[in-house]
Amino acid sequence: MTENMLVKEREVVVPGEELAIGMDYLPSEGAFRDGDKILSSRVGLFNLDGRLVKVIPLGGKYIPKKNDTIIGTISDVSPMSWRVNIGWAFDVMVHMREGSREFIPNDADLRRYYAPGDLVVAKIIKSASPKMIDASLKMPGCRKLGVGRVIDVQSSRVPRIIGKQGSMISMIKDATNCDIIVGQNGKIWISGNDHKMEKVAEAAIRKIEAEAHSSGLTDKMSVFLKKEAK
Amino acid sequence: MAYNKRFDGRKFDEVREMEAKVGIIPRAEGSAMFRTGKTVAIAAVYGPRGVFPAFLQNPKEGRLKCVYDLLSFSVTERKRPGPSRRSTEISMVTEDSLKPVLDLTKFSYLGVDVYVYITQADAGTRAAGINAAALALADAGMSMKDLITSIAVGKVSDKIVVDLDKDEEDHEDGATDLPMAMSTRTGEITLLQMDGNMTQKEIKEAVEMGMKACLDIKKVQVEALKAKYKGAGK
Amino acid sequence: MKKYVEAVLLNNERLDGRKFDEFRKPVEISYDVSNKAEGSARVKIGKTEVIAGVKMDVGKPYADSSDKGNLMVGAERLPVSNPEFLPGPPNAQTIELARIIDRGIRESGMIDLKKLCIKEGELVWNIIIDIYTINDDGNLIDASALAAIAALKNAVLPELVDDKVQWGVFTKTKVPLKFEPINVTVYKVGKSLIIDAGRDEEAATDARLSVSVSETGSVHAMQKGGSTGMSLDEVDKAIGLAIKAVKPLRDALK
Repeated sequence: MTENMLVKEREVVVPGEELAIGMDYLPSEGAFRDGDKILSSRVGLFNLDGRLVKVIPLGGKYIPKKNDTIIGTISDVSPMSWRVNIGWAFDVMVHMREGSREFIPNDADLRRYYAPGDLVVAKIIKSASPKMIDASLKMPGCRKLGVGRVIDVQSSRVPRIIGKQGSMISMIKDATNCDIIVGQNGKIWISGNDHKMEKVAEAAIRKIEAEAHSSGLTDKMSVFLKKEAK
Repeated sequence: MAYNKRFDGRKFDEVREMEAKVGIIPRAEGSAMFRTGKTVAIAAVYGPRGVFPAFLQNPKEGRLKCVYDLLSFSVTERKRPGPSRRSTEISMVTEDSLKPVLDLTKFSYLGVDVYVYITQADAGTRAAGINAAALALADAGMSMKDLITSIAVGKVSDKIVVDLDKDEEDHEDGATDLPMAMSTRTGEITLLQMDGNMTQKEIKEAVEMGMKACLDIKKVQVEALKAKYKGAGK
Repeated sequence: MKKYVEAVLLNNERLDGRKFDEFRKPVEISYDVSNKAEGSARVKIGKTEVIAGVKMDVGKPYADSSDKGNLMVGAERLPVSNPEFLPGPPNAQTIELARIIDRGIRESGMIDLKKLCIKEGELVWNIIIDIYTINDDGNLIDASALAAIAALKNAVLPELVDDKVQWGVFTKTKVPLKFEPINVTVYKVGKSLIIDAGRDEEAATDARLSVSVSETGSVHAMQKGGSTGMSLDEVDKAIGLAIKAVKPLRDALK
């Protein structure tokens, strides 16, 4: 099977680069077929998943998807909805019925719940088109965030920052004693009692961002945190 | 007078020394520098992002917009700030040279902006600009069928050459400038312009020479993209 | 984020751990950005990057300064450097940037304009400095001002034949310079005064004071920006901060 692979697993590939030959494989995300060859359509890491040829992106702006947890700022409040700026071209909309686990009466002033400038964690529930994206503030995990440091990381690095079953981010939380929430949109909220530990958490996250695709990262981070978060 | 030896000693089908780097502007989604000889171009990509005014939004796919200009001190006689007719035209042909390979279908109502600036000009500026722009788009994670490569070919006095420099453009016996851009993978030509004096046969010969040179340019581009991630994936 | 930045500052810390009067490291200056410019330089303060170039021309002097050459400073905040900068003619903030830098150079007497006179009343040298921002990570003002000064230090006169400039032919004569005014901007965030605001700090800024400082510590130009007021005490403290903080920029110019 692998004789028809032209590149190695997790090798960096670029647009137009030939990945595989033959009709046994199917191009998946980041790849396309041209004749009997499968080629990469972007800069990323080659990944063979069964018969699916994929290119995992190494860069690129965050594109909102259903079920993503995102961090954003309330940008506008209307009689029946809020708009949230999540760093996307268009703000996402939270309808009042998705605003809170508590019942919100029809004549309520929505600013009493979330006002412009408030930092929130929300979940994307519908992505009809780039212009019309709906989110919820009442799903588990969603809430208004208190004062904290918000940093921006490349959204393509978020999976690595979170780690398998959240193992990587838990390691940082435990070592720095900080509350950390990671948004798929690349926004990360860090809040601790000690600003120095918040800075260590940020430094740890930035380190993962820079070295996201190198191996042995878990061990490297363990050493880093032991040293920096005494 | 026959042009038998190039001013800088290059072979007739040889491109000047090239240098490329991506990620040079941290704020942008993607960015790159491309140098051919003494011509230096930088490019930055922002997007996908909003398109305004709203009537310019396209529900079917994203909109690519390129802006090209020379910095005032990039040329011998200062260029006054503000787009000239030349830079407006080059902005447009740059855009048209990159669109054929881009997949913007997932970006309805949105736009991708590419900004190209020449910081030092020594002929072949639009080609260097397109090479930088293609790299910046790839660096920004854009989906495309291939990296577009660009070079200026032409005729200096009586010889067909690749990558004319400024001295050759100003040759006393006249020169023809033929900028081109293409997808080396498919052979599709996406930019073609000419001003000067060439026969049909000469044009074919020049473009074929250019196509070969584009393979060398592609190598430089690919290396620049991969160099950013040296150590990644291991 | 603004409240957070203010809170960190009130705790006597900065987001990146710097002192309040500390410039980011490294401060890098390189020259000869364009071989077509009479002089050019690239400045990096942290990740903020700006390039500047000097072009020269000759022309008739102004009637009220018939024995002096002329200086013009232009700036463009290029769209490559910040997603909020769009192509088009300079807006008020960009023009303000150019004029702040212009005043710092002009009022300090940095360029000996009399030495730029070729024939009194008839022909003088005109110096045009063009500044372009490349990456905005906060404090474009100081990086731009430093780039302009560095480009001037790098500049030589072009060849003049029969009163016509032979562009592309450079002499070895440097532009006659007397002093080195350096611009330091002090940013007021809440109640705190800081030097060299980073991107998040600049976004949280209420007011700023740009101070052009000479080698002897005297001030040649100032500009207050932002729509929040500053007390006399704050202004005085800010000027003191600027004079104290300038050293790394001066060292980079050597």
